[in-house]
Amino acid sequence: MSEEKTDEEVVNVGVAEYYVTHNPHVLASYGLGSCVGVALYDDRKKIGGLAHIMLPDSKAFSKPGGAGRYADTAIRAMVEEMEKLGSRRKDIRAKMAGGACMFTIPGAKNPKNVPGPYLGMQIGERNVEAVKKALKELKIPLVAEDTGGSYGRTMRFFTSDGSVVVSSIRFGSKNL
Amino acid sequence: MAERKGLTPLQLDALREVGNIGSGNAAVALSTMVDKKVMLSVPRASLVPLVKVSDLVGGAETPVVGVYLHISGDASGSMLLLLEEKSARELAHLMVSGEEGGELTTVEQSALQETGSILAGSYLNALSQMTGILLKPSVPGFAMDMAGAIIDFILVEISQSEDYVLVIETEFDVLQHKIRGHLILFPDLGSLDIILGRLGVSTA
Repeated sequence: MSEEKTDEEVVNVGVAEYYVTHNPHVLASYGLGSCVGVALYDDRKKIGGLAHIMLPDSKAFSKPGGAGRYADTAIRAMVEEMEKLGSRRKDIRAKMAGGACMFTIPGAKNPKNVPGPYLGMQIGERNVEAVKKALKELKIPLVAEDTGGSYGRTMRFFTSDGSVVVSSIRFGSKNL
Repeated sequence: MAERKGLTPLQLDALREVGNIGSGNAAVALSTMVDKKVMLSVPRASLVPLVKVSDLVGGAETPVVGVYLHISGDASGSMLLLLEEKSARELAHLMVSGEEGGELTTVEQSALQETGSILAGSYLNALSQMTGILLKPSVPGFAMDMAGAIIDFILVEISQSEDYVLVIETEFDVLQHKIRGHLILFPDLGSLDIILGRLGVSTA
C-alpha cells in the first residue's frame, strides 16, 4: 500500500488480463487466490507488464480463449509486446505472487464427475509451476516470488522502478 | 463459458421460491443448533455475472467469510455462502454467545461453517424435492480472506461453467439483529437449464 506513490495512474489488471506499458503506472491485481500475478520488467527501458493468470496451460483446452488466461500464452504475449516497445529479452526480469489454495474440502476428488481436464484444488501450485516453466523457456530470470499458502494477495507493480508490493489480510504488505 | 442474457422474472421467482422453502427448513435447523430463534428470509434472487460477484460485498479486497462446497448428482456445480467479515462476526457472536464484538473463536468459526452447510443443504434439498433432481452437497470448506481471492479460486475450479451465477440474498434475523448474506449457486455448464426445465420454467 505504498501511499507515497499513489499519484501514478493505477491500472486494474483483472482476471485473465495482461497489461504492458512504458509509462510510470501502478499495475494492480486485487485479490489473487489461486490465480498468479506475473510482473515482467525491463529496468533499462522502464518497460513493464503485469499478467493476472488463471490457468496453467492453454493446450489443455480445445477453445482456449484469450491469451491472458494461461501461463504459457500470457507470458509470451507480454514479452512480445515489451519487445515491440523496444525491450531486449535479456533485460527482462520477472516477479510473481499468488497461487494459493483458498479452500480445502475433505475427500474432494472430482466434484464435477464429468469428462475433461479436472482442475481441482492444486491449481494454484500448478499455476506457479507453469509460470516458472514458461519463464525458463523464454530465458527470463525469476528474481522474486511470494506464492502458495492458503491466503489471498493483492499485487501492485510500480513500472517507474520495477518494485512490487504484495499485501494480504493476514500478513500485511511487503516488498518483493 | 456459455452466454446467457438473463432469466425471466418468472424464472427468478421460481428460484427465489425454492430459496424461501429452503430457508424455512434451514431456519429450523439453525435454531435447533444454536438453541435460539433464528429466522431467515430471501428478499431477492438474481443472476449476477461471475466477474461481478466480488462487487456484492464491496470489491475484491473486502474481507469476507466464505463457506464453500461442491454439488454432485444429476446436476453439478458448487455453492458458496458469502458474508462480509463484519457481518459474519456479528452473526457468529449472536448465534454462539448472544453478544457482539471481538474476534472469531474456533467455536464461532465452526458455527459459521455449519451455517453454510445447513443453508446450502436446505436449498439443495428444496430444489431436489421440487424437481426430482438429485443434488448432493459435499463437506464444506471455510475461508476468511479477500473476496477476490475466494471468488478467483472458485472461478478456476469451475472454469467449465456458466458465465452467470445465481445469488440468493439471505437475511438472518437473530435476537432482533438483521444480517445480510449471499448464498451463491455456481452451476456447471448446462446445469441451470436442467434445473429450470424441471421447475417448469425453461426458456426453450
